[in-house]
Amino acid sequence: MAQYETIRHDVLIIGAGGAGLRGAVEAAARGASVGVVSKSLLGKAHTVMAEGGVAAALGNVDDRDNWRVHFADTMRGGQYVNNWRMAELHAKEAPDRVRELEAWGAVFDRTPDGRILQRNFGGHRYPRLAHVGDRTGLEMIRTLQDHAIFERISFYMEFTIISLLKDGNRVVGALGYQREKGLFFVFQAKAVVLATGGLGRAYKITSNSWECTGDGIALACDAGAELQDMEFVQFHPTGMVWPPSVAGILVTEGVRGEGGVLRNGLGRRFLFDDIPPLYKDQTADNEEEGWRYTQGDKSARRPPELLTRDHVARCIVREVREGRGSPHGGVFLDIAWIKQKIPNAEKHIRTKLPSMYDQFLKLADLDITKEPMEVGPTTHYLMGGVRVDGDSQMSSLPGLFAAGECAAGLHGANRLGGNSLSDLLVFGQRAGEYAARFAKDASLAPVSESAVGESIRQVLAPFENGAKGRGESPYRVQAELQDMMQELVGIVRVEDEMVRALDGIQKLKERSRNLRVEGNRMYNAGWHTAIDVRNLLTMSEAICRGAIERRESRGAHYRVDYPEKSEKFAKVNTVLHKGEDGAFKLRLEPIKEMPAELKQIIEEMK
Amino acid sequence: MTATTATFSIWRGDRQGGKLVEYQTEIAEGMVVLDAVRRIQADQANDLAVRWNCKAGKCGSCAAEINGKPRLMCMTRLSDVPTNRPILVEPMRTFPLIRDLVTDVSWNFEKKRTVRKFTPRKPDAPDGTWRMAQIDVDRVQEFRKCIECFLCQNVCHVLRDHQLFDEYIGPRLLTHSAALEMHPLDSDHRLSDLRFTQGIGYCNITKCCTKVCPEEIKITDNAIIPLKERLVDRYFDPVAWLFGAGR
Ligand SMILES: Cc1cc2nc3c(=O)[nH]c(=O)nc-3n(C[C@H](O)[C@H](O)[C@H](O)COP(=O)(O)OP(=O)(O)OC[C@H]3O[C@@H](n4cnc5c(N)ncnc54)[C@H](O)[C@@H]3O)c2cc1C
Ligand code: SF4
Ligand code: SF4
Ligand code: FES
Repeated sequence: MAQYETIRHDVLIIGAGGAGLRGAVEAAARGASVGVVSKSLLGKAHTVMAEGGVAAALGNVDDRDNWRVHFADTMRGGQYVNNWRMAELHAKEAPDRVRELEAWGAVFDRTPDGRILQRNFGGHRYPRLAHVGDRTGLEMIRTLQDHAIFERISFYMEFTIISLLKDGNRVVGALGYQREKGLFFVFQAKAVVLATGGLGRAYKITSNSWECTGDGIALACDAGAELQDMEFVQFHPTGMVWPPSVAGILVTEGVRGEGGVLRNGLGRRFLFDDIPPLYKDQTADNEEEGWRYTQGDKSARRPPELLTRDHVARCIVREVREGRGSPHGGVFLDIAWIKQKIPNAEKHIRTKLPSMYDQFLKLADLDITKEPMEVGPTTHYLMGGVRVDGDSQMSSLPGLFAAGECAAGLHGANRLGGNSLSDLLVFGQRAGEYAARFAKDASLAPVSESAVGESIRQVLAPFENGAKGRGESPYRVQAELQDMMQELVGIVRVEDEMVRALDGIQKLKERSRNLRVEGNRMYNAGWHTAIDVRNLLTMSEAICRGAIERRESRGAHYRVDYPEKSEKFAKVNTVLHKGEDGAFKLRLEPIKEMPAELKQIIEEMK
Repeated sequence: MTATTATFSIWRGDRQGGKLVEYQTEIAEGMVVLDAVRRIQADQANDLAVRWNCKAGKCGSCAAEINGKPRLMCMTRLSDVPTNRPILVEPMRTFPLIRDLVTDVSWNFEKKRTVRKFTPRKPDAPDGTWRMAQIDVDRVQEFRKCIECFLCQNVCHVLRDHQLFDEYIGPRLLTHSAALEMHPLDSDHRLSDLRFTQGIGYCNITKCCTKVCPEEIKITDNAIIPLKERLVDRYFDPVAWLFGAGR
């Protein structure tokens, strides 16, 4: 029989990024005993990488801003397939969640009158992103971490969850292993919250950290929970392209917010040539006006560089494909040019964008205060994920909640920059609250010995191959999958390529049954990769299936064979789940009718 | 772009013991040490233990000793180290080894709980918010850049050579204390802890910590010395302080 230890909590939170930590603090504040499990050390989660800021309609810089404008911006950005209830709650609650961080010690940049400063970002009508230079994620995660360690929360660092445990339909715990020694643990809990983040590592070029392998979504899916809108994967327009070993590392949108411009190889600001009708009225039609906007001129409209990410990314791809790119296959992002406009530009750039300055100097030998950067799209964010109830964040399985990037709904077809950090706070808080409430009325349930044994047997299988010197390297299968997703299910999609990808995934799945892991269970990277591969394959298949089914182009999902938006798909979410036989089932779920009050806001803000 | 090969001498082993193992791998322009280590892991040493997350110098996971120098593996370009001889990659020496390049840094997390938490003064405005000038938060923001890589803890001789883990909290946590003490909104006091239980007196201002900080935080000058000065103001007689006894 499999050996494991058992740990019990009222609420188990899987993930210690912004969503997980905020959820943990909330559940603990409501009296629950809370356990937080994370693959990495405390404070290292992917959230630490967030740069530009957290969106909240505080109205500190422009008092015309309020939740209604934020709501309308979020829906427009998401092309109206968002969960409108989530968009509403998010816009209403984000300001309180941000102020609360200040009460816990966060130190945001200030306005001249001493309040939290806010900056411009793509798709947000007014300056809305509270920030700390370009290291907002670090500030957020550290604030939450330093607050949480004084609460009734137990942290299990460098533990990886490998399956969710059920009693009937209800989720009652999770099975994981501890990285250091490779020992197994069963976490029994009255409620479980997934806060495991995204899946950028399904692609070769990504801004995401190694942890982003879609674990939580894959585990939920394997346990029978519904997923939603998996086709909506955001490609951020500006990742580094050179040198190759750093390709994909993010260049924050903050650069454009501070006045940075995009030019093609011919020196043209190509974004002026292609402004989508939905945004025509809000976009500057000349360079001068765009510049004034970035400098806080309220009468100016935003430059096209600050259009939504999906659009900017596609325009870059077009420039490169049509031969107008930069030497290493990107385009130019120029912030140095602002020295024509302001005195002391070099110092200004270094204070406003310190990490970017460092990143380019250290990794690419390039001084961004003097020269333009080369940038191109990078896989960045998953709008889809576990399908949840907008108020409580509960999934389709009782007792299982999801918050943050691993949950679907808020962002629809395209996320606006800054709306993720606020998402983590708002829905982390809500998931923590509702999980604690659920736990209050529930009791611990027994876990199935046989399910635990079977999971353990599966994840240990590759060691047998290793001992016998047969089987395949998990790194290899992972790399092939990443190459394939990059090539066939990337920014520009077409049916037959995606069908080929599905076929390829099937083949990789078969190969993945025969992986090889050498050595023992102690901190064994090969073993961890073997487990990641399993999740990445499930996720890649889900992305493909959603993407094939959505026969239109919307937001981040662009299909050459269906280049327009369709009436039919405007009204539906794609919903996936695994049937009893383990095969994916997909349905188109009509989006619930929006209340008149919200419709009216959207009308007014058109 | 020219592809050449380089040799890496990587420490392999666990608490029971271990040795340096040489690996050759292809290197290319722009690569960092972490790229090479991961390539070796994928091609030749699948079970090589190495801790990393962001590969962008933002999370502080990948601290190691490269050619004896404490650095982040993901921010050390191969062009900055000689590649005509083996590049030595070893785990941080101050913390207990887990395996290969991974050490047990949990002590840092436990110790942090001994630093009294942020406690804000009453809000300045009726809506529960505060006012702070940018100039007053600049200093604290410098300390808050810390990515908790623990490289400073790793080089501080009080911890590294004297192993005073029970008596001393080390430069990272002194910086953390400074960030709280100098936070314009904070109303708690940490000086007596610093002096009596957290061992600030062990620091003799060698500045080794400052030299290795990847975030270029002026740990000694901006965090530790001002804290020591505040302590002197508080605990020592001003005349003695004038004559330098308190230093
Ligand atoms: C470079 C970059 C810059 C960004 N900038 C911004 C920005 O300026 N503004 C903004 O709003 N958004 C930004 N984003 C997006 C945002 O940072 C992320 O979407 C967000 O941080 C995700 O947070 P999370 O809490 O959902 O998950 P994460 O922070 O990804 O945390 C996931 C947690 O789950 C744990 N975990 C995962 N799988 C398992 C498992 N199997 N077992 C146990 N634990 C597990 C991990 O260890 C980790 O602790 C940026 C993203 C990137 C990559
Ligand atoms: S200056 Fe103080 S804290 Fe820093 S390394 Fe020297 S003794 Fe340690
Ligand atoms: S102060 Fe610098 S060296 Fe020390 S942990 Fe923080 S970032 Fe690392
Ligand atoms: S991997 Fe994050 S700092 Fe090196």
